[in-house]
Amino acid sequence: MMKLPIALPPCSGFILMLLLALNLAQPVYADAQPRSGSETLLEFEDAQTKDRYYSLLEQLRCLVCQNQSLADSDAGLAQDLRRKVHEMLQEGAGDREIIDFMVARYGDFVLYNPPLKTSTVLLWFGPFILAGLGILGLVIYLLRRNEQKAESLLSEERRRRAAELLNKSKT
Amino acid sequence: MSKTIIPLVIFIGLVILLAVGLSRDPRVVPSPLIGKSVPAFELPQLHDPQKTFGTDDLKGQVSLLNVWGSWCVSCRVEHPLLLQVAQQNLIPIYGLNYKDTREDAINWLDQLGDPYSAVAFDAAGEVGIDLGVYGAPETYIIDRNGMIAYKHIGPISGRDWREKFLPVIQQLKNVKS
Amino acid sequence: MIPELGHFALILALCLAIVQGTLPLAGTALRNTSWMQIAVPAARWQFGCLALAFACLTYAFIDKDFSVLYVAQNSNSLLPVYYRISAVWGAHEGSLLLWVLILGGWTFAITHFSRSLPLAFTSRVLAVLGLVSVGFLLFMLLTSNPFERHFPAVERGDLNPLLQDFGLIVHPPMLYMGYVGLAVPFAFAIAALLEGRIDAAWTRWTRPWTIVAWVFLTLGIALGSWWAYYELGWGGWWFWDPVENASFMPWLLGTALLHSLAVTEQRSTFKAWTILLAIFGFSLSLLGTFLVRSGVLVSVHAFATDPTRGVFILGFLSIVIGGALLLYAWRAGGVSSTGRFELVSREMLLLLNNVLLVVVCAAILLGTLYPLLMDALGAGKISVGPPYFNRVFIPLMVPLALILGFGPLVHWKKDSLPSLVRRMHKTALIGIVLGVAFVLLAVGPASLGVTLAVILACWVMAGTLQTLKSRLSPQDLGGSLRRLSRGFVGMLLAHFGVGIFIIGVTLVSAFEKTEDVRMAPGDHYMLGDYRFEFRELNTVNGPNYEAKQATFEIVRNERRIATLYPEKRFYRSSNQPMTEAGINPGLFRDLYVSLGEPLDTDGSDAWAVHLTYKPFVRWIWLGPLLMGLGGLLAASDRRYFRRQPVPGTRPVTVRAKPAEGRS
Repeated sequence: MMKLPIALPPCSGFILMLLLALNLAQPVYADAQPRSGSETLLEFEDAQTKDRYYSLLEQLRCLVCQNQSLADSDAGLAQDLRRKVHEMLQEGAGDREIIDFMVARYGDFVLYNPPLKTSTVLLWFGPFILAGLGILGLVIYLLRRNEQKAESLLSEERRRRAAELLNKSKT
Repeated sequence: MSKTIIPLVIFIGLVILLAVGLSRDPRVVPSPLIGKSVPAFELPQLHDPQKTFGTDDLKGQVSLLNVWGSWCVSCRVEHPLLLQVAQQNLIPIYGLNYKDTREDAINWLDQLGDPYSAVAFDAAGEVGIDLGVYGAPETYIIDRNGMIAYKHIGPISGRDWREKFLPVIQQLKNVKS
Repeated sequence: MIPELGHFALILALCLAIVQGTLPLAGTALRNTSWMQIAVPAARWQFGCLALAFACLTYAFIDKDFSVLYVAQNSNSLLPVYYRISAVWGAHEGSLLLWVLILGGWTFAITHFSRSLPLAFTSRVLAVLGLVSVGFLLFMLLTSNPFERHFPAVERGDLNPLLQDFGLIVHPPMLYMGYVGLAVPFAFAIAALLEGRIDAAWTRWTRPWTIVAWVFLTLGIALGSWWAYYELGWGGWWFWDPVENASFMPWLLGTALLHSLAVTEQRSTFKAWTILLAIFGFSLSLLGTFLVRSGVLVSVHAFATDPTRGVFILGFLSIVIGGALLLYAWRAGGVSSTGRFELVSREMLLLLNNVLLVVVCAAILLGTLYPLLMDALGAGKISVGPPYFNRVFIPLMVPLALILGFGPLVHWKKDSLPSLVRRMHKTALIGIVLGVAFVLLAVGPASLGVTLAVILACWVMAGTLQTLKSRLSPQDLGGSLRRLSRGFVGMLLAHFGVGIFIIGVTLVSAFEKTEDVRMAPGDHYMLGDYRFEFRELNTVNGPNYEAKQATFEIVRNERRIATLYPEKRFYRSSNQPMTEAGINPGLFRDLYVSLGEPLDTDGSDAWAVHLTYKPFVRWIWLGPLLMGLGGLLAASDRRYFRRQPVPGTRPVTVRAKPAEGRS
């Protein structure tokens, strides 16, 4: 079930050791999926940057995985992109910049938070419009229904009175 | 009857959507780089680390850039086709060796044949990221000006070559820069 | 031999299902009693055949019969027997067999409990269920035969290590019981449409079945969430993954159906709504089946996909649901409702509740299918994930939670806003005070959003307690407690569970603490008040894996709280590594340790260790557990088991019905 559609490098352990030797800090997010190499731990400037890092990871999609974010996956590409995000954060990039960087290379597909464009207006506002319409429809339905019931009652009442009058006239 | 048919109408719409969906592949990621220049890079070559290969080398002719790795099983599947294309001398094929080790890559080419005019060695995958690579094999058609005209995800079949690659290559070759 | 027997049993089941699905239905049209009476025995024999088929497949797994392709792909000679059994439903073909077996089971249960139902009605219900079964059995026999043989008989794979877990033993069966259970109110609704009437008796029959199906679905989803939490190694419990959404949407509609049925039973109104919800509930179950098996959406939970299968399921879906909705369009007009109610009334609030639930369901459907929609229209490829769903789901749930607090206290038919305010304002204040106090005591100062969410949860719980109080008389506390109906108490429990759930979700999302640390044996790390000490690293051998096991001790205030043994396992058959997290569970917090990657490049025994502190995470599953208990209690309410009909009920149309006694 955890099938990756495209082959990934099994030797990244060696590559990462190379990079370790070259003193490049690597991001890690220890988790349970089939792994492809070691990672070391991260340094952050402050707690806020750390939060931003994890928040960004959750917004970015791992493209070779079956629907996992960069935070949850340990595929090779996910490791690389996490490293990139961390790098950019260390260089002082803003969240917007990092997201734009990813989108420029991978398209909107890489974002779990779909951008607001004309094509996604229905997506973002649809539920709330639907809720509004639903409640409105409900109120209208109720008022019209009660009107109908009132009418039918009235005609019932009229019929009763008519019957009464008829009875009276008979006796 | 008028109001009660609404759920059925909505449902029919949904079924049509799902039917169309069955013919699409949800995993293919279209590249936003089509129509844009190849992102600037300069990497050491695989066979000769002293020499480099970069964006400048891609200008001046229509070429293919094939992303591959010795670890990649699907790359073996398309390799015979690449060898054939290289033999025909139709178009230069450049390789981007992605997240591999020099030794494994060179051995692989020795074993299976080398269709590449030159191979750039992208051990860390940084250039891959800039190109929007998310797996191998991936192949780009690059025009004379170094712009990405087409990107193919996955191994190239004979059919892909005839129906998708050749038309684009012919068209690009006919355009004078 | 045995697989062939199983295969044959499936074919036999198909034949019986065809009989069950057609003759009784024809019998009701032609008023042929003997045809109608075929339904019960056909259903029972079909279940027998399905049980036999399932037993054969299970036997093949236990016996390690690798000549059966499905067994070869999903099992292994090293796999322990209890996982070999659960592997039966570990992939597409076997889980389909489980689906159709459970459908047979529910059908069997109806034959058992339907003695007080009129023959025509039972015939229709069983026929509908038979037709659904025909669809699934055809699907299995034509495209997904679990008994297919292959030679040479070698093992071709293994059960995915992630599935070699207790979770696989319980989660799918529970979930399928719920998914499939929604077929019962569906069948009841179709039968009602065919008959052209819904009366109090229909509602009384439908309600307990719906509640039980809903309970299974609730518990099934909660189990899935809990399983993901401890199995997947980073403590997530909900990902808004398409397959998860596929289980959540029928749950939402099932909840709406439950409430709609409550109104229909009490007030003889909302009948068309109830029918429509019953149809849509099961429709979403079927849609879920499609989404998981067709390859249309990418998901961690999806089965191996095949376009042929997708086409078949879509066709089946269209026939079943399309047919049902066509019937609805044609016949629902005749099912009208009596009963007036005002803008401020319990009916109105329940209607609002259902509208909101349907809107939430539609929103989740929109988000799940939107990438598909855009791709189909050629508008590009996007992803819709947790950031979207959270932003849409939470605001829509707020009004629902608000209604929950006071809804059960609003009068039927007519109530007044000033009177409501008078009755509820104290509860509102209690909710606010409790909420703020809870947050401060539990986690400390929090953001406005978190505090409001907890206040909302306390409002729900306070309102529920007030509802309880309203039914008790202080003079005769014991007596009035005993006189409370099970349905009422069940409702209270379930609503209370919602409050618990909200608190769990809010607090764990806002206050969990995580660290990824490089640790070697002898190191320790402080996470909040807790000191995680890495004592030793050992190698252990499991039945089909080898593991590196760390021993962690957790100390707080000088007292040893727990010893945990997180592992990194390497399964021999697939060489796949897998993490077993070490968890110290608690009512108010969980402590979570898992091993990431070895960092032993410098020769030490260092590992990347993932440490997490999760406050109130168990409340996320405690809530649904209470909901499930409440549901079970409500379903066992004695009024469903009474022989006499409920007095004071009036059918919409009057027709002579010799088979039922009516006052």
